[in-house]
Amino acid sequence: MSAAAFIILYGLSYGLVLCLIALGLVITMGLMRVINLAHGAFAALGGYLAITLIQRAAIPYAVAVPVAVLSVAAFGVLAERLVYRRLYARSQLDQVLVTIGLNLVAVALLSMLFGPNLIPLEPPPALRGNLDLGFREIEVYRAFAAGVCLAVIAALWWVFERTSTGARLRAAVDNQGMAQAMGLNVPVLFSATFALGCGLAALGGILAAPMLPMEPMWPLKYLVLVLVVVALAGHARVAASVAVAVLVGIVETGGRYLFPQYGGFVIYLLLIVLMVMWPNGLLAPRVERA
Amino acid sequence: MTALPANSILSRHRWNAGELVWLVCALGCFFTFPEYLALGTAVLVMVLLVLSYDLLLGFSGVLSLGHAVYFGLGAFTAGWLSLAGWKDPVLDALLAAAASGLAAALLGPFLLRLTGLPLLMVTLALCVLVFEAAHLATPITGGDDGLSGVQFAPVLGLFDWGLGGRTSYLYSLAWLTLVYVLLKRVVASPFGVILQGIRENPKRMRLMGNRVLPHLTISYSIGGALAGLAGALFTEANAFVGLGVLSLETSIDVLVMLVLGGVGTLSGALIGAPVYMVLKHFASQWSPFYWMLVIGPLLIAVVLFGRGGLLGSARTIVARWRRAQP
Amino acid sequence: MSQTPALEARGLSKKFGALHVTRDVSLTLAAGARTALIGPNGAGKTTLINLLTGVLRADAGELRLLGEDLTRTDSALRTRKGLVRTFQISSLFTPLSVFENIFVAVAQAAGRAFSIWRPAARERQLLERTEALVVQLKLQADMHRAVGEIAYGRQRLVEIAIALALDPKVLLLDEPAAGIPSTELDLLHSAMHGLPEDIAVLMIEHDMHMVRSFASQVAVLVDGSLLMCGEPRAVMSHPQVQAVYLGTSGQQRFERRLAHA
Repeated sequence: MSAAAFIILYGLSYGLVLCLIALGLVITMGLMRVINLAHGAFAALGGYLAITLIQRAAIPYAVAVPVAVLSVAAFGVLAERLVYRRLYARSQLDQVLVTIGLNLVAVALLSMLFGPNLIPLEPPPALRGNLDLGFREIEVYRAFAAGVCLAVIAALWWVFERTSTGARLRAAVDNQGMAQAMGLNVPVLFSATFALGCGLAALGGILAAPMLPMEPMWPLKYLVLVLVVVALAGHARVAASVAVAVLVGIVETGGRYLFPQYGGFVIYLLLIVLMVMWPNGLLAPRVERA
Repeated sequence: MTALPANSILSRHRWNAGELVWLVCALGCFFTFPEYLALGTAVLVMVLLVLSYDLLLGFSGVLSLGHAVYFGLGAFTAGWLSLAGWKDPVLDALLAAAASGLAAALLGPFLLRLTGLPLLMVTLALCVLVFEAAHLATPITGGDDGLSGVQFAPVLGLFDWGLGGRTSYLYSLAWLTLVYVLLKRVVASPFGVILQGIRENPKRMRLMGNRVLPHLTISYSIGGALAGLAGALFTEANAFVGLGVLSLETSIDVLVMLVLGGVGTLSGALIGAPVYMVLKHFASQWSPFYWMLVIGPLLIAVVLFGRGGLLGSARTIVARWRRAQP
Repeated sequence: MSQTPALEARGLSKKFGALHVTRDVSLTLAAGARTALIGPNGAGKTTLINLLTGVLRADAGELRLLGEDLTRTDSALRTRKGLVRTFQISSLFTPLSVFENIFVAVAQAAGRAFSIWRPAARERQLLERTEALVVQLKLQADMHRAVGEIAYGRQRLVEIAIALALDPKVLLLDEPAAGIPSTELDLLHSAMHGLPEDIAVLMIEHDMHMVRSFASQVAVLVDGSLLMCGEPRAVMSHPQVQAVYLGTSGQQRFERRLAHA
């Protein structure tokens, strides 16, 4: 019982943070149809920036986090204008290659600026310690991180599914030309959306930093898991991504807890099996073929 | 019957001057750069690996990030055979190729039903999975330390290893030439032509009566086998094999090398691998991450601004220069 | 003694969720048939072609090709058995040349798809057959140009060349004239009239001139079901067909046309 509670609680908080990062990618991939393998780099950038602000500039946590998130979002706009804009019309292979190139540059720069070691982010004093839930204790920070993720995800869901902005965004996804003809400023929309995606990644990276310490290889190391969530969620929306991310978080945590030696495999095996059986994502209908 | 143009896909069996020049130069390097033969052998092994990948990506349209699995399987197979007492290098290379080819033939029918991002994901996951499994299986892979003490008998009973890399260089070059000849025939055959049709428009090929999956599986198996061969050569040249051969980094390296040189021409591998390896070798001497700063922007530039990799860009520049001539 | 029909479809049905796209369609094509399939947009003509070729699996019904039951087979097998289609929007190998495009079809149909050692350029028979088709469709001028770069009308001819290369017994043409400027239609017309006499042809077409000059039988598809099938003049002048397909003003125009024909 206690093991199950641990797996579920930790898996849930892990999954929710992953979900936040993955949602940023689902949004950019869904809207702009660009495979962005460098998404993890924006998350890592957020984490490193927050660490720098807090540890080297002694800026309080509550201020550093929004500043870091907005900075990365702004940087995302720059990246979109300079590089990503050229990728929209390109083949998937080209997108993969360019974003791998960006990743390489990011990893190199991060290692040159911050060195090769793991740098954890200490949670602020208010968020340290444990929370007693009755059947199980959980670190306050994890509960906080999970709460923030849930709040942001709920806000996203509401905007996308329930507001006219969301409807316009979805229209732009389905038919760019038509959306443009109806007065939507598509280039601005894309820049804004990409910024949102990067901001979400950065926030996710910052929230993850105490649990998954920052290192130069961070963008590549967690890329696989984020892509797993995105690929399994398919073209579906917010709710699906949450479900899949939580599933991934729980499977990852459970695998490592129950089978310390082999636990890391479970998620990859699961992914391979699931993707071969449902290439269009878990919740999309199976492709019909006679 | 009118003649076929030289750049037709039906003319790929013909050798062009560049390919012949490359082979001659590669042989020439043996005499002119005796102190760089170890690097040279590493380059030749990579060229072979990239060629095998071109068959997949360039000619079949299969974008895989798991090619290191077959390279590594071949490398370790050669190592295990040597430790088990089977030390003939040629035999070990053939058996390693067979093992990798068989693995590819078994996995192919499942993996190749996917395309695009799902295929990328699954091959990526496969690569990481195999790497982690190998890492755990320390008794048979040597774990972080790798397999050492891997020795091979002299090539053809005559040429001893370990003479400053002289034997391994010529040995690798011989295999490379053989494989290149083989691949030229494969891509220029009706099988190869139809494979390229599958790459361009698999839906249409189905409605021409082609089941697609058998062709892709055969191509994948050949690619896997050749990657295994490259792996065996790696082990034979280094008398050592470590986990790096199975890493995701290797899979990405192969992709980048091919793209740099030019995808889908076979000769792209002849350019991309040496350029990448040499750049990486010299840039690494500054700092371990410096080469990423060089290769990253180069890759981005080649993809965004150059058509067809360095080779394609070179061709375009030459063509433009010719047209500008009065 | 009746000959086995080239194509016999019985009771084909297909639903997408609540949308009943194909309703109990039965269609027979005799060898040498020249049948046009007409109907308003959204009637389900392309879906029917997809069901016949096996790209979509029918919810109900059967399909026989020259008497052989192909209901449960995939599209690749149906094509190998001689059920060939062309596409409304050209689906070719864009960067490859016209010659190479047709060669792929020729090589596939000749069973040389797994010949892996001999260079394709030495396959004399395949090359000759490819060139013959190029000549037949009058594509010599563009023979070695990339298919993506030639005139659209010529691309449609490459579609037909590929279809012929596959040795069809039954040929399904999905709007062969679609997108061809009127100046280039002659080539298509002569290609159509040059089709071998023993193959059965089903043509989806909106161009009435094509229908009248080409079809010996007209089938009308409305809302997923076959309204009627018969001799062109009888079908086209049937009031129900006119009302559904041509609308009332169209009906009047058609009557005036008939009076002049």
